Amino acid sequence: MQDLMLILPPLIVFLGATALLLVDLKIADDRKETVAWIAMFLLVGALIAAVMLLYFNRTGDVLYGFSNMILTDRYAALLDIVFALIGIGVFLLTLRYNRVHQIMRGEFFVLTLFSIGGMMLMAHAANLVTIFVALEMFSIPLYVLCGVARPRLDSEESSLKYFLLGAFASGFLVYGIALMYGATGTLDIATMLKQVERGQAPLLLVIGAGLMLVGLGFKVAAVPFHMWTPDVYDGAPTTVTAFMTTATKAAGFAALVRVFLLGPGAFVGSLVSAIAILAALTMIFGNLFALAQRSVKRMLAYSSIAHAGYLLAGIASVANIGQSANAVIFYLATYAATSLAAFGVLSEIGSMNRDEDHGLERYTGLAKRNPALAWVMALALFSLMGMPLTAGFTGKYLLFQSAVSSGLNWLALLGVITSVISAFYYLRVIVHMFMKEDATVAANNEQYYVSKPSLVMMTLASVAVVALGLLPTLLLNMFA
Amino acid sequence: MSTLVVLPILFPLIGVVINAFLGKRLGEKVVGALATLMCSAAFVVALMLFSQVSVSKEHAIHAEFGTWIGVGKLNVPFGFLVDSLSSALMLIITGVGALIHLYSIGYIHGDPRANRYFVYLNLFVASMLVLVMGSNYLLMFVGWELVGLCSYLLIGFWFDKVKNAEAARKAFVVNRIGDVGFILGIMLIFVTFGTLNYHDIFAVVGDHKTAALALAGDPVAPAVLSAITLLLFIGAMGKSAQLPLFVWLPDAMAGPTPASALIHAATMVTAGIYMIVRSNALFHVAADTSNFVALIGALTAFIAGSIALRQFDIKKVLAYSTVSQLGFMIAAAGLGAYTASIFHLMTHAFFKALLFLAAGSVIHGMEHYSHAHHSAQHIDPQDMRNMGGLRGKMPVTFWAFIIGGLSLAGLPPFSGFWSKDEIIVAALHNPLVFALLACTAVFTAFYTGRQLVMVFFGSARSKDASHAEESGMAMKLPLIVLSVLALIGGGLNLPGSMWLEHWLEPVVGVHEGGFNLPIAALFSALALVALAAAWVMYRDGKRDTSLTPQLSSVSSFLNKAWQIDALYRAAIIMPFYALSSFLARVFDLGGIDGAVNGIGTLTKGIAAALRPLQSGFVRSYGLVMIVGVVALMAWLVINTR
Amino acid sequence: MIPSDYLPIGVMILLATGLACLVVLISILFGPRRRAKNPVKIASYESGMTAIGLGQRRFPVRFYLVAVLFILFDIEIVFFYPWAVAFRELGWPGFVSMLSFIGILFVGFIWVWKKGALEWETMDK
Repeated sequence: MQDLMLILPPLIVFLGATALLLVDLKIADDRKETVAWIAMFLLVGALIAAVMLLYFNRTGDVLYGFSNMILTDRYAALLDIVFALIGIGVFLLTLRYNRVHQIMRGEFFVLTLFSIGGMMLMAHAANLVTIFVALEMFSIPLYVLCGVARPRLDSEESSLKYFLLGAFASGFLVYGIALMYGATGTLDIATMLKQVERGQAPLLLVIGAGLMLVGLGFKVAAVPFHMWTPDVYDGAPTTVTAFMTTATKAAGFAALVRVFLLGPGAFVGSLVSAIAILAALTMIFGNLFALAQRSVKRMLAYSSIAHAGYLLAGIASVANIGQSANAVIFYLATYAATSLAAFGVLSEIGSMNRDEDHGLERYTGLAKRNPALAWVMALALFSLMGMPLTAGFTGKYLLFQSAVSSGLNWLALLGVITSVISAFYYLRVIVHMFMKEDATVAANNEQYYVSKPSLVMMTLASVAVVALGLLPTLLLNMFA
Repeated sequence: MSTLVVLPILFPLIGVVINAFLGKRLGEKVVGALATLMCSAAFVVALMLFSQVSVSKEHAIHAEFGTWIGVGKLNVPFGFLVDSLSSALMLIITGVGALIHLYSIGYIHGDPRANRYFVYLNLFVASMLVLVMGSNYLLMFVGWELVGLCSYLLIGFWFDKVKNAEAARKAFVVNRIGDVGFILGIMLIFVTFGTLNYHDIFAVVGDHKTAALALAGDPVAPAVLSAITLLLFIGAMGKSAQLPLFVWLPDAMAGPTPASALIHAATMVTAGIYMIVRSNALFHVAADTSNFVALIGALTAFIAGSIALRQFDIKKVLAYSTVSQLGFMIAAAGLGAYTASIFHLMTHAFFKALLFLAAGSVIHGMEHYSHAHHSAQHIDPQDMRNMGGLRGKMPVTFWAFIIGGLSLAGLPPFSGFWSKDEIIVAALHNPLVFALLACTAVFTAFYTGRQLVMVFFGSARSKDASHAEESGMAMKLPLIVLSVLALIGGGLNLPGSMWLEHWLEPVVGVHEGGFNLPIAALFSALALVALAAAWVMYRDGKRDTSLTPQLSSVSSFLNKAWQIDALYRAAIIMPFYALSSFLARVFDLGGIDGAVNGIGTLTKGIAAALRPLQSGFVRSYGLVMIVGVVALMAWLVINTR
Repeated sequence: MIPSDYLPIGVMILLATGLACLVVLISILFGPRRRAKNPVKIASYESGMTAIGLGQRRFPVRFYLVAVLFILFDIEIVFFYPWAVAFRELGWPGFVSMLSFIGILFVGFIWVWKKGALEWETMDK
């Protein structure tokens, strides 16, 4: 029974999603909003469960369950909360977007819930097999979700690309797990960690961990395993993209934290340096590619690659492991809030124009047409840029600080330089929104309203961005 | 008890939130009523806190709500301190504030941005309370900046007029100069004492009471204390409009009159005095700074007082008078007469708020005619040369103005007399300061008399004046209440009882000299003579045309405020413009823009070159992955042992 | 390890080969003769598709849908075997676990059914 309590948040999501699958059959097509509300209700339940896990385990002990297959600690509970909040935020966006784009299907919500459940399970993983199962659990629904906008071609294309390359990456992951098992005779991360701490890190284990890094690097879009990202993010429906940039990234990094930062990976010098190099490549290429984009959605896809780079810098900072893990989890939370705010704006724009064209000209003069959207977008972009007083700054500060304290001065410096480069493309959007007029668009078009649920979500996300920028201790105190 | 402490701040903030987000829906009336209610509620809580302080053993309530900033050695709590000093100021802020809120309902009625006005006003009250209630310098600084923001917003409230927007900007920029001094002072305090909490700092300083302190074996040079206090004083110079930073306050009169009354007369501008009195332990041991403070205060009082002699705008006279009176308070603080300073601060809050509100009522009355008749030719409703004879048309305003004016002039038994007298007595041992303050006192009585005569006596000099009408009840009620306060406010620290002095003793500690009958009699007589002179000179309202050439050049020098704005323009602003245009043209456009744009173009070029890599084919994506995997494996094999 | 350990494997190989041969033999003996020279008739039959031709041709997706569903529900049987073998050792917890597993599959089955994935005629929609 205690085992079940430990994974109460994913359990609620899974069971609820299964039941919702049947409930959905009885709901008429024009009333699928009900499904969305039920899904949100489930996530609120999971949220409460996660808060309870946090509350009843105030000492932050690591509690194991299901024969050490899963665990629950502060990070797991916090990530559960993050996943649940992301889910709620995305569902609030779907109410208008999915209706306008005719993808208001019950399966959309059920699949997203299954995916969230898998991500939560990932946060609780204590065993490499659990990691693999959780990874597939959240990935397979995502493959389908990317293609949910059938018969739109680029949506189908993104789905197939993601599936093919994802299966490819999963292969590396499983092979890595197998090699690690071969090297250590165990799949339990804690046991493996003990062996490595005793200095038993044979090449086979290192190679296995490297292959796992490939599989997980694919999920978080680290260069050079990132190639799918722009095509898939661009082609998928915006609500799905919003979910993927925030939640998939968090789930992938949850696994990276477990296996590399808090696990055996942190004790192998060559692995750590490899991660640092990946981080550097990811920062550089993510930001450089983003510069050349004319579509805001594609630009955000590359920006999400760049942010994976900053996060990887945290994974490579192994001098003070607790501090780095805190920084990574904190950054994931801030990035989720910021990115949701930005994609909220994108989904509203997509609903207004009834298409998926996110060219810069679609954002020209937005401040006049729709000041609320323009301000939210500006705030989100400033936070992505890492402007002080926003959550993005605090997050980057903590990450680079842990990089510096681990002697990775060059990486922190590179992070700062690439952040400056990123200002070019973020500011370009702001300039278009605020300083240019668009004569072609009628100002009083009735479609140019912002839907209430989206507005609520964007407001909350913006408040979170500002609050975490001004008072980071609000969240950081939960780690202590 | 500790929850009670946040309520005064919380109430106006609730007003801010509700009015900011629902203001449009609620309508102007509800917004005004709610704002007034919230401020009044804060006043009630302030009263409760006041009574708690008076019965509490150490005459202070401490309340902490967790850590705000905790980085290394720096530990700043969300701490509030309600002691005799701050509780007294809280009463002034919320009490006068509530009256001015009430008055504003009538004054701002019909303005399309009325909701916003009340939001700013409530925000100001909350910020000012943070300023006086914070238990450390950083929280004071937060309040300090917030009230600066509110001041900026309210000065530029009618921002569609260029003049007002410029006045707001000027206030902001000039205040910023002072703020830099203040924050530097705070940093130096932290470096020296390792803390920002009043309690800890003053405990260290207070134990020694000498200039040569030893902190943890590290002697603190007197020079450091002088530097700290001097930097703090620079902050006070900005906020409390002292020489040479006083130029923003007269321009600040562009804002709505009630806001001027609250912010630029009664409360915000006295923040500098509060800060000095709060830091009295520091100023006490830094004698050089204190002398400097006294001198600057007296000089400011004198110069501003002389300028007020030749102003024609009804609000400008009051503005320079405020600067002059602030000089009095600063001088008192510099002389070590902290109680006298606070005493004058309080009575000044009453009578100057009263004068401003009365002036607002006059302006409101003057605007009646042109509003009703849509008269094409607009005369300035604030110019005293267009007024005259308003006594009969606006009786309540007239009596309020008389009480406020006589209080300002320093006639017994009005409140201003008692507080000003204490300051002058305290200045007796410093001849220069005494002389300056004595002259200023005479000036004050004269320009007050001049204003009273020009506005209310004689005959109407314009259609607007002859058709002026008394204001409504919402505006009259605060006038009456403030009149009573201005009349009896002196009772706070009457010779004999010295209630305020005893009340403030836990904070300022020292006892000052009290009442001096010959001085009091002398200055009362001087004030009477000056008032009489003003009556004689301005009774017919034609005095200004018949000046001798020499006198008229002095007059215009005073009217132009000693040409200080022109001086700043020539000495600071013009060279700055020249430098910045040089930097913009040569340095920025050529050097920096070139470099920045160059980097931008370069990175864009690189990005464009990389673009073909993203071909869209899954097979090439897979290939890139494989290359990555191989490279990674090679790295791991080579680098593992 | 002694050679006799490999005996079961040898028997297994023999049995498998024998069975395959037997099936082929039976089909030769009892199956229809290839008398007709019709090439269509002698072509191997694979899910309604011709086995030889270009790879890029369209084909009805319904065959694959059914096949995928079949595999999905077929694979579940695989999980029954180990459970059945260890039925006594696992006891009630094992029974409950298996029941919930079947329950989840059953939900999926209902969903597939209601969505019309099993209706051959309307499946294309």
